Amino acid sequence: MKQKVVGQVISQKEIAPMIFDMWIDTTLAGEAQPGQFICVYPKDKSTLLPRPISICEVREDRKALRIVYRVAGAGTKEFSAYQAGESIAVMGPLGNGFPVKAGEAKKAFLIGGGIGVPPMLELAKQLERVGCQVQSVMGYRNQDTFLKQDLEQYGPVYVASEDGSAGTRGNVMDAIRENALEADVIFACGPLPMLRAIKTYAEEKKIPAYISLEERMACGVGACLGCVAKTKNVDVHSHVHNARICTDGPVFLAEEVEI
Amino acid sequence: MNLQTEIAGVVYKNPVMTASGTFGSGMEYSEFVDLNKLGAVVTKGVANVPWPGNPTPRVAEVYGGMLNAIGLQNPGIDVFMERDIPFLKQYDTGIIVNVCGKSVEDYVEVVERLGEEPAVSMLEINVSCPNVKEGAIAFGQKADALYNITNTLKKHAKQPIMMKLSPNVTDITEMARAAEAGGADALSLINTITGMKIDIHRRKFVLANKTGGMSGPAIKPIAVRMVYQTAQAVKLPIVGMGGIATAEDAIEFILAGASAVSVGAMNFINPYCTEEILKGIEDYMRMYRVENLKDLVGAVHE
Ligand SMILES: Cc1cc2nc3c(=O)[nH]c(=O)nc-3n(C[C@H](O)[C@H](O)[C@H](O)COP(=O)(O)OP(=O)(O)OC[C@H]3O[C@@H](n4cnc5c(N)ncnc54)[C@H](O)[C@@H]3O)c2cc1C
Ligand SMILES: Cc1cc2nc3c(=O)[nH]c(=O)nc-3n(C[C@H](O)[C@H](O)[C@H](O)COP(=O)(O)O)c2cc1C
Ligand code: FES
Repeated sequence: MKQKVVGQVISQKEIAPMIFDMWIDTTLAGEAQPGQFICVYPKDKSTLLPRPISICEVREDRKALRIVYRVAGAGTKEFSAYQAGESIAVMGPLGNGFPVKAGEAKKAFLIGGGIGVPPMLELAKQLERVGCQVQSVMGYRNQDTFLKQDLEQYGPVYVASEDGSAGTRGNVMDAIRENALEADVIFACGPLPMLRAIKTYAEEKKIPAYISLEERMACGVGACLGCVAKTKNVDVHSHVHNARICTDGPVFLAEEVEI
Repeated sequence: MNLQTEIAGVVYKNPVMTASGTFGSGMEYSEFVDLNKLGAVVTKGVANVPWPGNPTPRVAEVYGGMLNAIGLQNPGIDVFMERDIPFLKQYDTGIIVNVCGKSVEDYVEVVERLGEEPAVSMLEINVSCPNVKEGAIAFGQKADALYNITNTLKKHAKQPIMMKLSPNVTDITEMARAAEAGGADALSLINTITGMKIDIHRRKFVLANKTGGMSGPAIKPIAVRMVYQTAQAVKLPIVGMGGIATAEDAIEFILAGASAVSVGAMNFINPYCTEEILKGIEDYMRMYRVENLKDLVGAVHE
């Protein structure tokens, strides 16, 4: 069940310039699934709307969540100053999450680009448990390859960086080609150009690709219709070619959305 | 203590309602709020056919509130009657349906369909959405157009009609009088105030629609003023809204002349706020030994 609660920061550290890694003690961890997200509410009343942040990891005892985020503006700047013990208002778990079952006994690409890397961690953990062969392909700006070591626990990690300072110079697709990698299914989160390239690649290879989309949100629970994505078919809820990213997504089968 | 309020002959168990478009048809927020506790659920605007709405980004944060340009995306009246109304009927709450259209004929069609459903206690007619090009607000910004549509809909409506007024006018009382003359049973106000936000780094409009309707705490003083002026100008009952975040805010609207209040954008920030506002109104009545909510309506004095 979705809830809005006040959690407590357990720890926070800057793991790369402007990238923060926070563990939160919260009951929302109880049912959280990989690919789902939480809404975090700034305390400053000039920033009223919730900030959607992906669930990066769920602690084994299901009593704490990890988020990894980039300081992008006022809200994330405020969060980055929180110390251990600070209260933090969160709502969740939100969205549908990645279908872990689709990776059962398969060879998968987990593709993350930039701040799309974090949700891949819990997914990698869960996929490994269902006998999925996890191959992570992560795209970064430079050599600040945050979460790479965490991901390595579950399978090989191939890196691409825009400036060539780590792994393949270029993007995640370049890394896939350079390492001659293959997969039966794709799970991805990252910037739109990356997701578009993945959609095309998956169509060519005739494999399913589950992609996580982003949009500006107000309610986070499917009520305001602020966060829609264009769909190929008429959506069952909206009865138009629009699905709510916060509720029907954020994860969609690439062939079902027009991006 | 009696929290009941009456609007155009319909009794609602308390004055706390949800603002159209911020609460869907109650389904999504029923995980957070006991809908049985609400005076009424006012649903998202519904048209005769499905509307796709505007391109994204549709929402933006601004100081003290937000802008939206959803463009009245809705599944159309057929789906609404088959899915949303039966859902709401499971609860002991008032059902007020917000109606939108591009032409008078569109509105008439929806109003007539809703006439088949006795569980719908009132129709809120949205003639004030700033985010669609045709229809909608065109009816709400000219007194004669508002008079005409009110007059026509009144002839076709089985339920009382509540005209939702736009604040994007020079004189709100002129519009209120036009609706009253046209035969409106009640008024609701305010809809959002047209605004704009520019991303200075990209030098682009933040919303795909360029303009959007502003709502949230920052618009409350404007809304309270307009509710007061309207209450002075016409005899119709008023549902007040615009920036309500707390019970204190809601009570301001009631003292200004609103018989009930709707809570909008604040649901996004605190999904439990409607229940909290109701409790706060009860506390206020207890503190000042007010027996009947009705005694507070318009009770502000010089
Ligand atoms: C489902 C989902 C999952 C996300 N997961 C992560 C994550 O794990 N790590 C991470 O660093 N970022 C993530 N983001 C992006 C994150 O939501 C934004 O970076 C954040 O909201 C910026 O807030 P701000 O106050 O710092 O920026 P500001 O620019 O001050 O924000 C102003 C407004 O715009 C909204 N906004 C700004 N950028 C975005 C964006 N990219 N997407 C949606 N809304 C935005 C804010 O929520 C706020 O309402 C995710 C976004 C979505 C939709
Ligand atoms: C996301 C959003 C969608 C809305 N959709 C509608 C609508 O469909 N019909 C309508 O009459 N008003 C709509 N409104 C206006 C609200 O009902 C209300 O009049 C306005 O937001 C002011 O109240 P608030 O400040 O409490 O949000 C919408 C407002 C928001 C924020
Ligand atoms: S953010 Fe409101 S519907 Fe998705």
